[in-house]
Amino acid sequence: MSHEAVRVDPDMEYLTPGVVDLEQMFWTGLGATYTHCNQVWPNLYIGDKKTALEKPGLVEMGVTHIINAAEGTWNNVSTEMIHSLFLVNPSGDIFLEKHWKSVVSRSVCDYFLEAREKALDPEDVPPVISTPHHYLISIYRDKLFFLSVIQTEVPPLFVIEFLHRVAEMIQDYFGECSETVIKDNVVMVYELLEEMLDNGFPLATESNVLKEMIRPPTILRSVVNTLTGSSNVGDKLPTGQLSTIPWRRAGVKYTNNEAYFDVVEEIDAILDRTGTTVFAEIQGVVEACVKLSGMPDLTLSFMNPRLLDDVSFHPCVRYKRWESERVLSFIPPDGNFTLMTYHVNAQNLVAIPVYVKHSINFFESGSGGRLDLTVGPKQTMGKTVEGVLVTVHMPKTVLSVSLNATQGSYTYDNATKVLVWDIGKLNPQKLPNLRGSLSLQTGAPKPEENPSLNIDLKIQQLAISGLKVNRLDMFGEKYKPFKGVKYITKAGKFQVRM
Amino acid sequence: MSANSAFNEEKGGSSNVGEPEYGHDPASGGIFSSDYKRHDDLKEMLDSNKDSLKLEAMKRIVAMIARGKNASDLFPAVVKNVACKNIEVKKLVYVYLVRYAEEQQDLALLSISTFQRGLKDPNQLIRASALRVLSSIRVTIIVPIMMLAIKEAASDMSPYVRKTAAHAIPKLYSLDPDQKDCLIEVIEKLLADKTTLVAGSVVMAFEEVCPERIDLIHKNYRKLCNLLIDVEEWGQVVIINMLTRYARTQFLNPNMNESLLEEGGGEKAFYGSDGDDDEEEDKDEKDKKKAEAPSVVKRKPYVMDPDHRLLLRNTKPLLQSRNAAVVMAVAQLYFHLAPKAEVGVIAKALVRLMRSHSEVQYVVLQNVATMSIKRRGMFEPYLKSFYIRSTDPTQIKVLKLEVLTNLANETNISTILREFQTYIKSMDKDFVAATIQAIGRCATNIGEVRDTCLNGLVQLLSNRDELVVAESVVVIKKLLQMQPEQHSDIIKHMAKLTDNIQVPMARASILWLIGEYCEHVPKIAPDVLRKMAKTFTNEEDIVKLQIINLAAKLYLTNSKQTKLLTQYVLNLAKYDQNYDIRDRARFIRQLIVPTDKSGALSKYAKKLFLALKPAPVLESPFKDRDHFQLGSLSHLLNAKAGGYQELPDWPEAAPDPSVRNVEVPEWTKCSSREKRKEKKVEKPFYSDSEGESGPTESADSASDTASDSESGSEESGSGSESEESDQQSESGSEEDEEEEERKKKKEKIKAKKPVPESDSEQSSEEEGKKTESKNKPRRGGSDTESGEDKDSETESSESEEEESEEESEEETKKKKKATVSKPPSKPPKIDNKKEKKEMSLLDLDDFDPAPSLSQVTPLNNFLSSSLVTDLEGLSLTDNVLSPTTITPSGNLKTYELLHRITGEGLSVEYCFSRQPFSPDPHMVAVQIQFTNSAASEAKNLHIEDAKLQSGMRMKEFPEIETLPAGETVSVVMGIDFCDSTQAANFQLCTHTRKFFVSIQPPVGELMMPIFMTENEFKKEQETLLQSPGQLMGMNEITEKVTLGEKCHGEHAVIQRVTTAANLSRVPCGSDKECSPPVPLPPSPVHRFAGKTVTSGSLVLVSVVTKDNGAAQVTVNCEKMVIGTMLVKDILQTLTQ
Repeated sequence: MSHEAVRVDPDMEYLTPGVVDLEQMFWTGLGATYTHCNQVWPNLYIGDKKTALEKPGLVEMGVTHIINAAEGTWNNVSTEMIHSLFLVNPSGDIFLEKHWKSVVSRSVCDYFLEAREKALDPEDVPPVISTPHHYLISIYRDKLFFLSVIQTEVPPLFVIEFLHRVAEMIQDYFGECSETVIKDNVVMVYELLEEMLDNGFPLATESNVLKEMIRPPTILRSVVNTLTGSSNVGDKLPTGQLSTIPWRRAGVKYTNNEAYFDVVEEIDAILDRTGTTVFAEIQGVVEACVKLSGMPDLTLSFMNPRLLDDVSFHPCVRYKRWESERVLSFIPPDGNFTLMTYHVNAQNLVAIPVYVKHSINFFESGSGGRLDLTVGPKQTMGKTVEGVLVTVHMPKTVLSVSLNATQGSYTYDNATKVLVWDIGKLNPQKLPNLRGSLSLQTGAPKPEENPSLNIDLKIQQLAISGLKVNRLDMFGEKYKPFKGVKYITKAGKFQVRM
Repeated sequence: MSANSAFNEEKGGSSNVGEPEYGHDPASGGIFSSDYKRHDDLKEMLDSNKDSLKLEAMKRIVAMIARGKNASDLFPAVVKNVACKNIEVKKLVYVYLVRYAEEQQDLALLSISTFQRGLKDPNQLIRASALRVLSSIRVTIIVPIMMLAIKEAASDMSPYVRKTAAHAIPKLYSLDPDQKDCLIEVIEKLLADKTTLVAGSVVMAFEEVCPERIDLIHKNYRKLCNLLIDVEEWGQVVIINMLTRYARTQFLNPNMNESLLEEGGGEKAFYGSDGDDDEEEDKDEKDKKKAEAPSVVKRKPYVMDPDHRLLLRNTKPLLQSRNAAVVMAVAQLYFHLAPKAEVGVIAKALVRLMRSHSEVQYVVLQNVATMSIKRRGMFEPYLKSFYIRSTDPTQIKVLKLEVLTNLANETNISTILREFQTYIKSMDKDFVAATIQAIGRCATNIGEVRDTCLNGLVQLLSNRDELVVAESVVVIKKLLQMQPEQHSDIIKHMAKLTDNIQVPMARASILWLIGEYCEHVPKIAPDVLRKMAKTFTNEEDIVKLQIINLAAKLYLTNSKQTKLLTQYVLNLAKYDQNYDIRDRARFIRQLIVPTDKSGALSKYAKKLFLALKPAPVLESPFKDRDHFQLGSLSHLLNAKAGGYQELPDWPEAAPDPSVRNVEVPEWTKCSSREKRKEKKVEKPFYSDSEGESGPTESADSASDTASDSESGSEESGSGSESEESDQQSESGSEEDEEEEERKKKKEKIKAKKPVPESDSEQSSEEEGKKTESKNKPRRGGSDTESGEDKDSETESSESEEEESEEESEEETKKKKKATVSKPPSKPPKIDNKKEKKEMSLLDLDDFDPAPSLSQVTPLNNFLSSSLVTDLEGLSLTDNVLSPTTITPSGNLKTYELLHRITGEGLSVEYCFSRQPFSPDPHMVAVQIQFTNSAASEAKNLHIEDAKLQSGMRMKEFPEIETLPAGETVSVVMGIDFCDSTQAANFQLCTHTRKFFVSIQPPVGELMMPIFMTENEFKKEQETLLQSPGQLMGMNEITEKVTLGEKCHGEHAVIQRVTTAANLSRVPCGSDKECSPPVPLPPSPVHRFAGKTVTSGSLVLVSVVTKDNGAAQVTVNCEKMVIGTMLVKDILQTLTQ
């Protein structure tokens, strides 16, 4: 084998690259961009499966014979689960890449970008895309695409769930997950990724463990770091991986010991045009913020746990105790976490807090229509409904709206055809109303379909299902913690069909 | 694409090495933002002495790597810093090395020695990180070094390092597949590891390196099942997927009988009508099957392997995981492995995932779609959860639609159709098209609504949206094919539509319909052909083909009117650009136009064209997708992905289940340092076996399962010798931290001590749960709170509960006394026994304070905790032997086999009759007594489907035809236990039910008495003792004991020993005079002799009693395990 570049044909300028150079190109993916087919010698092409199957193209190139040089299903042994990760912004730029093993050229993302361009909405990009040599699994989150490259069979949910964990971790560390933040903290993000995945297999995904290894930035520390030149990498080695409780770090100390629990319930509902409930259910989540010293062992019990139909827990919750006694017994992670999510039995009637009177008409002849919306409180258990927001996805032919709102303000985005009416607090005495005319594209036929309304709302100090926390007990530590529970009801996927 | 070109530019710039590379450092924020630097100064910074400069440089380099820029030319400068003291710099250098080492192999080798040093570091995290980086450097030259490092790390003390070793295995394998054999050895070793930390990673390595070596799993199967709940989420997914595959190779299909019945002729028609998937039907079927099984079908009924059950039971709680991947993994496991009736539990969890991110929804819906075809009943209650919102992404909408369609049946179709009507008005046209198809499928599947659907679809034909109309036409065409006669109106209506509809597929469909049913529309058809002939040249290819078809069909049926038209169309087609069309035209011309040249075929033209065509079956695209393992990438893509492991078919006959038995470690083995250490390291926090630990017993106290008894002895300050020495060796070797941790634990255990109640309550609850509770017969902590809920939940009667509670309280009090009053030399053992008693309390419903229990469980003393759980997996039922009363007749103890509550009125007891079993002298005779306390008679009592350990045999008793109410009957059966105390598991069947029961012999019943004189006894004892060098040398075990209060006196001792074991007394004392002039022992000696039933090995027992109540027990037996256990039993019986 020649390691040096050689001139094969004395008459030609062309130098065949040596093995080292070829390898270099191969590894780095530099030098040549990835295309489906390359002419490597006069009338000799190397191409992929896609090229080989496309007969007209082959004819055009004048190909007469095809030799299959692929070995097995894939031509290399690759064993890692997640091979690479790319972060892509909405305009299609790759602004971060991380490879856990050999480097995969960025050009694999082309397949993804193609699919993204085809999709009308970023949400419509298929989460799993198959390319000739790789599979791309992506999630769309906070206006960013997290795109992972895998080569072999792996449960797709495994990858999706991991990518969401990555996003959550960034959110947790930097307060938000956006392109700017990631770019500003690129080194730390990179280190986090390094710790979260080893050889494509998740290693440390618990926030408490990661935070011991890589300290999250604070304003004070960043100033100190700039002055002293130290960084955020933990100089102490983490104990978390070795403790019996992987989600809690040892040696937690607080001067004020507090534990707060937020019971947040969301109403998912579909109401039909007459206002009858087609489908309604309550999804709840118990968010916890626990700042307790030492190793507290908490027990949280409910007044009416039988309401809960289906639950899922943070790994810290002892399932057996829930099974037998319907109490949540756990050693909490430090800081914020989601303790449990639950579903309220669908058999129970769900109280719908608001009603909507609506009418939308499009004139048969002209290019216009009328809209009339009224929102009022229904079953609110005596609490005020706040933050009411009505969103209407108008038919594509609606050009502009001219409406009059008795309360709040409205906006209409002509590009997305979305009408948003921000009402705010509902006053039962004076119901907010929005009415006026719609103007349609001239010449366009009357839209056949009616839009549907999405409603957002919030009710403080109320869990609509009636769930109540009974008590919180702490064992294992001596001090008296400060405890608090808050209830909020929100609209989840609350939709009214018109 | 624009982004891509921008990127190429960027890349092009950096690939030219000569060009300066400008690194903008984002890490330094605003301070350096305007300060562009070149590589050169990075090199300078790296070479400097200041850590801060080095760090700054490394940060910039890493930022470059992150943005995909090439920083490989800095390699020499960076690699020098690998030994840097600053941990931050070091970490970044590692990041760099992993990325570029492969490209700069020669230089990378310079760093190897640093890692080798790191591998020997006393800090486990440094060892782990060194191994991590070393194994990530993909340089072939260092393969041997890596191999060595992995091997060493695999036996590291720290589980974290062992985990890293497991991670390194696939890395090395991908670098050099030739190392496979060596790596498999390491995997085998790590699979035996008992820490949850390692389990997930090593199974991952197993899956990637040697998934075909399923045999490696056998011995670890039960352990993996039991550890599963404590493994981290990602490991759980991998393990569950692997165990699914494993179970498919090792167990029998739990739905085997159902499918056989279905095949059996008449039944299929009965159930086949609507998909035989309803759960209720399932049950019916099952009941039916049960009723029929004994009489009609002479097939062995299916009995689930207890290991199969273990897997299903231990994965179920994970359905509550927050991690969607884990939930999905459990769901697919249930789908592929569980009996039909049990699969339903996964539905709720899957529906819950629908609330998650849209990507998760997407994957889950794909799987639900596949499942809902096979098991419709499971998702029916959740129908409304699949209703579509206008805000769902299109791909989610389409999948939901798919599920709704699969779920449609006669009862819910009206609701679903009403829902579909809303969808048709949607703005999302792709979705509308999908809805129309879905309506079509509903119509084909459910005959009752076919007309309604058809009418609805016809109305859609006047829709303004062309796509909607086109889709409707296509679907209508398919529907009409089923019953064209009744629908000529619709066909006419559609014929009119040809003027308006432009979508090719729709036009083609209409033409085909008219052609096919031209006899129903004789007037219109030729006219349509006329119009089509006019526009032929402008039509799409598929339309052209259908025009030709229409022409041909009309020519055959109505040649008078259409002959010329057909000729014209065929001529046009003859010169068409598309060769398919030209071919078709040529072919049809030859076929239908009779010429002199045309062959015999033209005679059949009419038959060929107007043959009755079968109606198309509108099938779900998800049909039969379940041959891929659900939840896998391959399933999602409906194509095999690289590295996909096929889900094997169930075996015809179950492979030997005994391969999963874990050897009972012998006495000496236990004390080996290695084992003990592993046991200590293991600290499962919430594993099943811990059960409902009280609030005070926090997870970190880690005193789970068997280690409880151990820590108990630690507290009291004295352990048995072996235990103590173990702890010493251990604490010497463990890291300081861990020891501290343990101390804390101890403190906690102490703290929680004074809450000694209500274990029994749990026990009664457990009783109620029956099948659920098998794996948690031991309870660590005590629970002061007794939820009222719980009481009402339990099935067992209140009175019983109370009874047992009182008794247990008494028991605990006694225990306390006992612990206090015991002389210091013995407490550990007594303690242990007591603890065990307490634990086994949980399994009793009628507790009797008789002391015989420990005969059953003495093993546990010296088994590591996980082994205990392993063993627990063995027992088929929760009816672990439970002695109730001592029968008044003789010394025989009666054990309960089936309680009358569990047995629905039938109670079964058994005792070891100690009679030789005449049909086979190597079997132990077991007398079984049936009492029928139910109101009705029990019939056909017999034994079925014995699950015996290898080597064990069983001679069943003859079937008892009838047992009238209130009667009692006794039978005798024989079991060859192979001289082991393993339980014999079998099913006790009546004409209506089957009960899983097991008989576990106390060690004393495994022998039979032999007669021996004192001299013979001594001779035997001596010969055996003097041949210790021999492999089968006899062992002697001697223990000291203080006799219980009531145990003084010769008679009492003899009676107790013979009660404990089936031995005969060696006469002595009377022939004192005859004995040689050996000085008499200062105190009386009682000797007993016997031999084991199966192998006939001698068992010699001598008890020397002293005046002060002290005694010494010596057992000589070739079988070490039997000897050990026997000593324990005798000791116990003597101390009472």
